[in-house]
Amino acid sequence: MDKALGDKIPEFNRQAVADEPGIAQLRLFGLGGSRTHLETIVIALVAVVIVGGAEILLRVLNVPQYIMPKPSQILVALYTEWPFLWPHLLITLYELFVGFAIGGAIGFVMAAVITQFPFVEKIVTPYILLLVTTPMLALVPLLILRFGFGSEPRIIAVALASGPMVMINSATGFRRVDLAKIALARSFGANTFQIFTKIRIPMAMPMIIVGLMVGSIFGLLTAIGAEMVGGAEGLGNRLTYYSALIRMPQFFAIILILAIIGISIYIFFYWLGKRWASWEA
Amino acid sequence: MAKGAAGSQPKMIVEGATKFYATQSGSVHALDNVSLEVREGEFLCILGPSGCGKTTLLWSMAGLHDLTSGRVKLGKDLITKPHREIAVIFQDANLLPWRNLLKNIALPFELKRRRPDMQRIDHLLERVNLKGFEHKFPPELSGGMQQRASIVRSLAVDPSVLLMDEPFGALDAFTRDEMNILIQEIWMETGKTIAFVTHSIAEAIFLADRVVVMSARPGRISAVYDVDIPRPRSVEIQTKPDFIARVLEIKARIDRGRVRAPGLEVA
Repeated sequence: MDKALGDKIPEFNRQAVADEPGIAQLRLFGLGGSRTHLETIVIALVAVVIVGGAEILLRVLNVPQYIMPKPSQILVALYTEWPFLWPHLLITLYELFVGFAIGGAIGFVMAAVITQFPFVEKIVTPYILLLVTTPMLALVPLLILRFGFGSEPRIIAVALASGPMVMINSATGFRRVDLAKIALARSFGANTFQIFTKIRIPMAMPMIIVGLMVGSIFGLLTAIGAEMVGGAEGLGNRLTYYSALIRMPQFFAIILILAIIGISIYIFFYWLGKRWASWEA
Repeated sequence: MAKGAAGSQPKMIVEGATKFYATQSGSVHALDNVSLEVREGEFLCILGPSGCGKTTLLWSMAGLHDLTSGRVKLGKDLITKPHREIAVIFQDANLLPWRNLLKNIALPFELKRRRPDMQRIDHLLERVNLKGFEHKFPPELSGGMQQRASIVRSLAVDPSVLLMDEPFGALDAFTRDEMNILIQEIWMETGKTIAFVTHSIAEAIFLADRVVVMSARPGRISAVYDVDIPRPRSVEIQTKPDFIARVLEIKARIDRGRVRAPGLEVA
C-alpha cells in the first residue's frame, strides 16, 4: 500500500485548505496592502499628535517623572543610558535567539513527525497543551536552582515557551493533507521524503510561519520575565533595577527597546510570510 | 494523422480488478472484477455515473493504490507503483499554488532529479498557447489555462500513456469544447495512449476510439462501444443525428443498468 496516500477513497476535500486559519492572522493592523500618500500622511500625523499630546499633557499637568516620564525624557534616557544598556540588550537577544532556535527546531521536527502518526499525536497532544498553557516563567526559579544565575536557565525557559507554540501551529499546517497533491507527486515517482519537502512543507508553510511568530514573541516575554526573576543581566534585570531606583525615564527607555524588538519580530515574519506563503491569500 | 488504425497491440491490461475500501461505516465495494485492455495508441474513454469506481480504476492503473485482487500490466511490467511511462492528469488541474507555472511544469523533473527539458517545455507551452504566462501563479489563471498547464506538465516528461481523471469536469461548456479539441490534436500529434475518465457521454463519444461504460456499486463494466467517427472530429459533429443516436444508445444502456438495481447493495 502507498504509505503517503494510504488507502483512502480518492475524494478530495477542496474546502479544507481555505477554511483554516493561516497567514491571514498575520495581516493585523492593516500592515499589508497598499496605502495612498494621503493615508500615510494621516497615519504619521496621528502618531505625532499622540506622542506630542502626551508630552504637552504631562508638562501642563506637571506629572512627576516617577509616575509617568515625558516622551522627551524617555528619548534622552535612551540616548544617555545606551552605553550601559546595549550589553544587556545583546544578552537578552542571545537568550532569545538560542532558546528560540532550540525550541523552534524541536517543535518543528516534532510537529512534522507526530502528524504522520495519528496515534502518537493523540498520546502527545495533552502534554503539548500542558506546555502551551502553563507559563514557563513559573519554572524559572527551579531552573535557576539547577543551572545557576547564567543564561542557561533563561535559554531553557525560552525554548520551553516557544517550542510548543511552534509545534502546535506547525502541526495544524501539517495536518492539511491534500490527497490530490500527494497523488500528483507520487504519480511522478516522488518518494516519501520528496513528498514531505515538495508538498507537505509548502502546504504547511503559512501555519509554520504563524507558529514561528507566536513562538518568538512568547520567547521574548519569557526571556524578559526570566531575567526579572533572577540573575544580574539582561533587559529584564535592568527593568527591575531601574524601577527599584525609581528611574522611570530609563525604565521606559527599556520598554521602548522591547517594543521595538517585538515589532521587528512581527515585521520580519510578516515579510517572511509574504515571501514564502503569499500563495495563500 | 498518425493514428488512423489504432494498433490492436494491448498497451495496458487490467485483469480482474477488484477493490474494497475499508471505511468507518464498513467496507465499500468500489470495483468488481473489471478487466479491460488499452490498446497501443488508443484513445479509450471510461464512462460512468459518479461512484462507479472509474477514478478508483484509473488510480489503480496509475499505480497510486493497490487492488484488493486482480492486476494491472503495462507491457510486461506489473503496475504496483507509479511507472515512469505513465502520467496522470488530475481533476481541477491540481497545480501547486505556491509555484509559478514554469516551476509547476518543472516539478516532475525535480522529483526525478533531472534537468528540465526547456526546449520541450517551451515547445509545449507554445503548442497550448501558454507562452508568456510562465511566471504567473495558478490562481491568476483561468481554469482552462490551469488544465492546459497541467497537460504540459504531464507531456513534458514524455510518457507513453496518459491517464486522465475527469480533467475537464470543472470547466464551463465552451472551455471544455476547446480542451477536447486540444487533447484530440495532441493525441493525434503525439500518438500517446490515453485512458480518459469522464461522466459526460458526449465527451466520451467525441474523444474516444472506444468507450467503456461502467455501472455503479460495485463498479463493473457494463458495455464497450466502438466509435468509428473519422478524425479529426470537430465540435459540430456533436449535433449530427448519428452522434446523437450514439449518445442516446449509451444513455439508455446506463439508465437500464440503474433501474435494474434499485436498492443498490453495498457490500
